[in-house]
Amino acid sequence: MMDHLKLTALLAPMASLLLATAAQAATTLETVKERGRLICGASQGTPGFGAPDGDGYWRGLDVETCRAVAVAVLGDKDAVDFVPLSGQQRIPALQTGEIDVLPRTLTWTLQRDANGINFTQPNYFEYTGFMMPKSLGIAKVEDMAGASVCVQTGSTTEVVVNDVSTKHQLDLQPVVFDNTSAARQAFFSGRCDALITDAGALASVRASMAKNPDDYIIFPATPYVDALTPAVRQGDDQWLDIVRWSIQALIAAENFGITQANAEEMLQSEDPRIARFLGTDPGNGTALGLKDDFAYQIIKALGNYGEMFDRNVGEHSPLKLERGYNALYKDGGLMFPLAFQ
Amino acid sequence: MTRSKSITSAAFPLRLVARLWGDRMSAVLTLVSIAILVALVPVFEWAILDAHWAVAAPADCRGGGACWAFIAAKLRLILFGLYPPEAQWRAILVIALILALVLLTLSPRLWGGRLMLVWSAGIAVMLVLMGGGIFGLSPVPTSKWGGLPVTLLLAVLSLGLAFPFAVILALGRRGSLPVVRGLSIFLIEIVRGLPLVGLLFVAAILLPLFLPADWTIDKLGRTLAALTVFAAAYLAEVIRGGLQGLPPGQVEAAQALGIPYWKAVWHIVLPQAIQKVIPPLTNTAIVMVKNTSLVLIVGVFDMLSAARSAATDPAWPAPSIEAYLFVAGIYFIICFGIARYSRHLETGIKSRSQS
Amino acid sequence: MLRTLWYSSRLRGWTAQIALLGGLACLLWWIGGNTIDNLAERGIRTGFGFLTRPARFPISETVVAYTPSDSFLWAYVVGVANTIWLSVITIGLATAGGLALALARLSAHPMLSRLAAAYVTVFRNIPLIVQLLFCYGVATSVFPAPRLALNPLPGVFLSLRGVYAPALTLGQGAGWVFALSALLAAAFALTARRWPANVPTAWRVTGASGLWVLASIVVWWLAGRPIGLESPVLTGLNFRGGSYLSPEFTAIIIGLSLYTAAFAGEIIRGGIEAVGKGQWEGGRALGLTERQIMFKVILPQALRIIVPPMTSQYLSTVKNTTLAVAVGYPELGLIVNTVINQTGQALESIMIMLGVFLTISLSVSLLMNWFNARIALVER
Repeated sequence: MMDHLKLTALLAPMASLLLATAAQAATTLETVKERGRLICGASQGTPGFGAPDGDGYWRGLDVETCRAVAVAVLGDKDAVDFVPLSGQQRIPALQTGEIDVLPRTLTWTLQRDANGINFTQPNYFEYTGFMMPKSLGIAKVEDMAGASVCVQTGSTTEVVVNDVSTKHQLDLQPVVFDNTSAARQAFFSGRCDALITDAGALASVRASMAKNPDDYIIFPATPYVDALTPAVRQGDDQWLDIVRWSIQALIAAENFGITQANAEEMLQSEDPRIARFLGTDPGNGTALGLKDDFAYQIIKALGNYGEMFDRNVGEHSPLKLERGYNALYKDGGLMFPLAFQ
Repeated sequence: MTRSKSITSAAFPLRLVARLWGDRMSAVLTLVSIAILVALVPVFEWAILDAHWAVAAPADCRGGGACWAFIAAKLRLILFGLYPPEAQWRAILVIALILALVLLTLSPRLWGGRLMLVWSAGIAVMLVLMGGGIFGLSPVPTSKWGGLPVTLLLAVLSLGLAFPFAVILALGRRGSLPVVRGLSIFLIEIVRGLPLVGLLFVAAILLPLFLPADWTIDKLGRTLAALTVFAAAYLAEVIRGGLQGLPPGQVEAAQALGIPYWKAVWHIVLPQAIQKVIPPLTNTAIVMVKNTSLVLIVGVFDMLSAARSAATDPAWPAPSIEAYLFVAGIYFIICFGIARYSRHLETGIKSRSQS
Repeated sequence: MLRTLWYSSRLRGWTAQIALLGGLACLLWWIGGNTIDNLAERGIRTGFGFLTRPARFPISETVVAYTPSDSFLWAYVVGVANTIWLSVITIGLATAGGLALALARLSAHPMLSRLAAAYVTVFRNIPLIVQLLFCYGVATSVFPAPRLALNPLPGVFLSLRGVYAPALTLGQGAGWVFALSALLAAAFALTARRWPANVPTAWRVTGASGLWVLASIVVWWLAGRPIGLESPVLTGLNFRGGSYLSPEFTAIIIGLSLYTAAFAGEIIRGGIEAVGKGQWEGGRALGLTERQIMFKVILPQALRIIVPPMTSQYLSTVKNTTLAVAVGYPELGLIVNTVINQTGQALESIMIMLGVFLTISLSVSLLMNWFNARIALVER
């Protein structure tokens, strides 16, 4: 009996720490509210899009997309935990409920959509690109014959390498890594001639990992643009809507000209559409199961999509990316606000 | 194979010369040894003579030698990962606690129920220290745990949790109940037939599928589960070896005295069986310490992952070799230390029991 | 009555076992039910139908032919082949290295035995994956870029991209040349035996092999020189042609072999030491040299002690190849990773991986048991 007690004493604290049992069969919204924290998947470190800074605080465009959802649901942009996931773990992690939202690092593809996850709203449009040292004197795909290419597994880029190689008869030599940082390190050590991933991430890698960013050139691998889209698990439509409209709020706010700085005075706006958006004319939030001013809270805490873009990857960041495809539709981009009513 | 006995009486230097150059074979072997030592000279130059120990700026680290200044700059990241700097004393305390408990455990004189209680209390204290959230300690989610404390915690917890299972499996395999024996053999052999990486994949990716939808165990916990299962199978085989060496008279005597089975196991069988297999037990412990490094593959931020991510800092010129050497050094100190200390204790027991 | 039943230990044993089986069945039922529920609820596609679809992803190096238009099933076969290839080479190298280490440690030579002991201590106490990452770090940082490749021998190039060496090219009729050459070898070996008895063995060997080489060259020339050497040439970004060892493969082979050799060495040393001292003394009394005693008396006996632990060492080597995932060599684990990404079918992919390893482990165990039984029978 005594021994049994000892064993229990040994096991109890560990069990309680490692095994957190949530309430029976709750919706994702209820689970998140009860937990008091949102759990998001994260990359293994792509500065500008998602990476912890020196103090371990996660920053980046994708990270802030998640923070927007946290503001909408919990009213606090810091009520988020980020779980770094490797390529092969991220989709199972979302499907099995380990994370609530998988922000962006994912291209919206038919196969993925059909297989157990749902895509919400693209927050970044980008082509897949190659990065190569300028010293090799190559600036387009057709000249890459025989090049070795560092690829990280768990991405659509593996298939792109093959497609490009076949299409232009380049005999590209892929070197596949299971881990993002290993692929990048191998590229910068000279193991490969080129690195392939989406062009935004390439710019991030160039700005953060190259000794001299000007020594490297980035060019498109294919003529096609992909929609990188935060995903949620299948089977919870309410949660899908919440994430979609939280991201939409960022885009719509930019369209309305609402910024972090002027959000408060915009509450006085006479424009009925803005009033509905900010929740002064109620109804939108409650329809989603949120507070009516969720969009206002998001903008107040994080700013609109344009501000987020500039701060993390745009002109106020080391990446200095152009808005390009990610500008609003009225500026020639693909970001299109839906109707908040 | 130069076992010349004829010159044992000569003076030591002469004897040495004879052993090194005495016949053609020894001369060749001596030349081979010298060649190996000469080949190590550039390594020594790189690591010590030409090394940069402290630099003003990372860029100064260029040129021939090793860049140990990089380790100095990244020491915190490698040892503690993303753990909040202001709470770092807690992580240091956890490391100290684990080391103290391991040293205690390696001395068999202290074994018994009391030590188990000390361990469970110690582990509870460690988990509270790492996780926080009570007693005014700021909460730190497991996703921010990292570095050496994670490595040590995984090793200690997996071995500790595996031990009871291993005892049951070993007893089952040695026992007379056919179903229990078959099941024990099946479980042990399946786990031993699989690579640990495979088990880690199952834990990291599949385990949540096997559990009800509303149970969530975090990644660290699932990794720990895989390591525990793995350790249990290997420990079970070691303990079985000890049980096999036990004279059957011991158990029969206990039965004759009417001591209940589990009591006999706890007080008579296990203490003797384990005493017999201390060297392979220590060995398994060392193997598990080394195995914790595999969690890198499923993305747990242990010391090796931390070193790898530290090495990606572009400010430093190609420091991955230094980072891995540093981590290798720490593992070596831990594993070699355990091996040496346990051997020291073992000879102590032997000489005492013989005198 | 009930009391006696309870104290009947047989009955109690059976009740406990039935309860255990029942509990286990419930546990499996529960896990299975959960999995089915989870799969259905999350809309995760299941089944092995994907195996016949084209894989569409590239694999960087293969020992069996593979193109991205092959099926997922074939991609797995490629992964298994790479795993086996890696294991076989490592086991060969590590066994040779282990034997050398064991002999060095057992030698009375003070320097060599200490060096070997130091080697074993260092390599056994550092995790394999650290050693692999270290080897890969060295392979991709010490060597120069392809355009500045080291050229230690004609046609051999060392660079960050690995080792390029000349390769044999086999043209029309190469098979005939090989066949004829083999026949010639047999013929010369037979005639050399018939030479007069006063010709020393060394002469016979050199004479016969010299004649054989000459004759083979004549055959090769007459057949139109179908066998040639193709040297790698730097064209564009990389070397083309020749034979090639990638840095990933080289790093994992070297790392795994160095690590495994340390363990193999200790096993062999243990086996040799376990052979009784009397065997040495007996050998000496018969006037055998030390080397003869070692290779003809001690090692064959030690083998019987060495085989079981060596088997499990070989098996753990096969399992250890999964660590190649960390340095990017496409063995089974990395292929499984990639397939999970491409298809999302984690359950099936991981089950295939575990099944392959279980099959290898269990069949090697069975083979070794059979082998053990055989060498045990030889004992006199």
